[in-house]
Amino acid sequence: MTISQLSRPSSGASPDDGMTDQEDKASSHRPNFRRNVRRGAIVLILIVVALALAYVRSGSVAVVTQAVVTGILTGGVYGLVAMGLTLIFGVLDIVNFAHGAFLALALFVTFWLVNSMGIHPYLALAISIPVMFGIGFVVQRGVLAGAMGKPLENQLLITLGISLVIENTLLLVFGGNPRSVPLPHDHALPIFGAVADLSRVLAFVGALLLAGALYLLLQRTRLGTAIRAVATNDVGAQLVGIDTRLIYAVTFAIGTACAGAAGTLVAPLVTIEPTTGALFNIIAFVVVVLGGMGNVIGALVGGLIIGVTEQLGGLYLPGQSPLLSVFIVFVLVLFLRPQGLFGRSA
Amino acid sequence: MSTITREKPKPAKAIPQPTWNRHLVAIVVLTLILIPAPFVLPAAQQAVAVRVLIFALMSIGWNVMSGFGGMFSFGHAAYFGLGAYTSAWLLVNHHVSPWIGMLAGMVVAAAFAVLVGFLSLRYRLRGAYFALATFAFAEMLRLWATNSDFANRAVGYHVPLRPQASWWYLQFDPASANYFFVALGLTVAALTGSVFFLRSRAGQFTQAIRDDQDAASALGIPVMRYKLFTMALSAAITSVAGAFYVQYYLFIDPDLAFGSGASIQAILPAVIGGVGTIWGPVIGACVLGPLSDMTATILRNPPEALSFLQGRGGLDVIVYGVLLIVIVLLLPRGIYPALRQRWSRK
Repeated sequence: MTISQLSRPSSGASPDDGMTDQEDKASSHRPNFRRNVRRGAIVLILIVVALALAYVRSGSVAVVTQAVVTGILTGGVYGLVAMGLTLIFGVLDIVNFAHGAFLALALFVTFWLVNSMGIHPYLALAISIPVMFGIGFVVQRGVLAGAMGKPLENQLLITLGISLVIENTLLLVFGGNPRSVPLPHDHALPIFGAVADLSRVLAFVGALLLAGALYLLLQRTRLGTAIRAVATNDVGAQLVGIDTRLIYAVTFAIGTACAGAAGTLVAPLVTIEPTTGALFNIIAFVVVVLGGMGNVIGALVGGLIIGVTEQLGGLYLPGQSPLLSVFIVFVLVLFLRPQGLFGRSA
Repeated sequence: MSTITREKPKPAKAIPQPTWNRHLVAIVVLTLILIPAPFVLPAAQQAVAVRVLIFALMSIGWNVMSGFGGMFSFGHAAYFGLGAYTSAWLLVNHHVSPWIGMLAGMVVAAAFAVLVGFLSLRYRLRGAYFALATFAFAEMLRLWATNSDFANRAVGYHVPLRPQASWWYLQFDPASANYFFVALGLTVAALTGSVFFLRSRAGQFTQAIRDDQDAASALGIPVMRYKLFTMALSAAITSVAGAFYVQYYLFIDPDLAFGSGASIQAILPAVIGGVGTIWGPVIGACVLGPLSDMTATILRNPPEALSFLQGRGGLDVIVYGVLLIVIVLLLPRGIYPALRQRWSRK
């Protein structure tokens, strides 16, 4: 499982587009298009069937609309979390089990900023993003750099260790009591016949904006080009003069900053506990596999899909945790399309 | 750690393996030394000793699949939990002896492992994907148990207390040495079992498959059958730990049984002691058990400087996390191989 295989460009909108083989692109343009149409049609049919089933189970259009709206809004945030995770996977080839813990850390940073410093929850972004970027950079340099190129299990165990340390330090310092960040003037908004809290809408919009900024960073800047180069071929990137070790650290820091930004955005929505991050970690993994490991746009789309799946799953399997349906989708994707929805089979 | 890579199998002579008989002699000697332990140790230390044995038992099971079989499992909580829940369910609802419940738990866990294994191998999951799939199955069991009346929902099971001690119902006075003897017997049985497994045809085939699956397959070894057998054996051993856990702590709930914490407790001792070695899980458990007790004591009666930590949780897991990171970075193959190397150099 090499980096270049994992970050192979998938559909037309992949961030790796610039790195594609020119002739591959030219010759396979048409079948690519046809395949995308076919895939799009399948996805569309699946969505219609899923919605119809949800309607049959619940017997109410309003309930289904509400589920879809809530799902999409939540899914945007999942997408942002997963973009960070998939970026780390694509470039560093690390299965990062500490991603959710970083998100939890950002939740508590936000909580502390809002409650002790009196900062507005969304202004906290300006602090939490750089702080998480810095923490990510230091963690990569200090701990993970020593394990680069080691077997996958080693890196998985190290990130697992990092997540245990972060989560339980939070538990030790803040205790296990659930906390919350109040958003001033939060109220319900009507959207397409459903209602959503302003905080949820703002989290969605913020996540999309940041996701767009990340995409531009990857596509339009020298740094982004360097990151994509390392993802595609790290030895080649080193040969053309890219400091790959710096890129590894910066990429991990960007990925961590994504988790941090998402943490601040969802702070008004969730109960803040040291274990809140674990939930996002699980979902981010599902989304990353769904979107194709290393595929940043796939992660965003996957996030939306999983957000809706989670909500509709609550309708399909009443009484069960909505996460159960997420895991069922996860296992199905792992078995049937391990390269993700948007990847081509190896 | 190198023993669980598929890419670069290290030649076996790096760690000179003692002959099988020496392993068995070592087990017998160690057992004889440990039998008088409960009469020497104070009651509190006896609880630590039982904890060490539970850790060891869980990890011996994990090691069979992930160390000898090379299939990295991140979901051994599934088997631990199935062992615990099967015996608890049989005992609480049907008054079946825990000994029979233990056997039933082994069968259930082994069957579940075969199911997970068959699906994962049928769809050729490897590396990170395999680990994530095992994790997903454990989480699905956790969610199912949390939300199903059949498994008593989030409450789990309390083992009913009996008026007098009973070997048949595996319940004694809390300070009784019998718990230690039972745990010791089970662990020694598992250890002996893993030695016999390794030297058996099946064990040799399993290691051959781990080191080079294609070559093993070309030699006519039925890969699928031996992998499934290894997983079933591994699951059965870990499930015994679950069944004993319920009898000793008299309580089980979905998070304790199927949560990722249980998976981590199965992984840690083996990683610390040495993955893919017979003694690794035991050595790791001997490190972890007392550590967890020490940190718990510190939190209960903190020294003056740390008085704010009074009554807080999490320190033990922080220590695990740091230990995990340090071991993987500095002794990636674990304590046992490092010690052996040092001895054989002299």
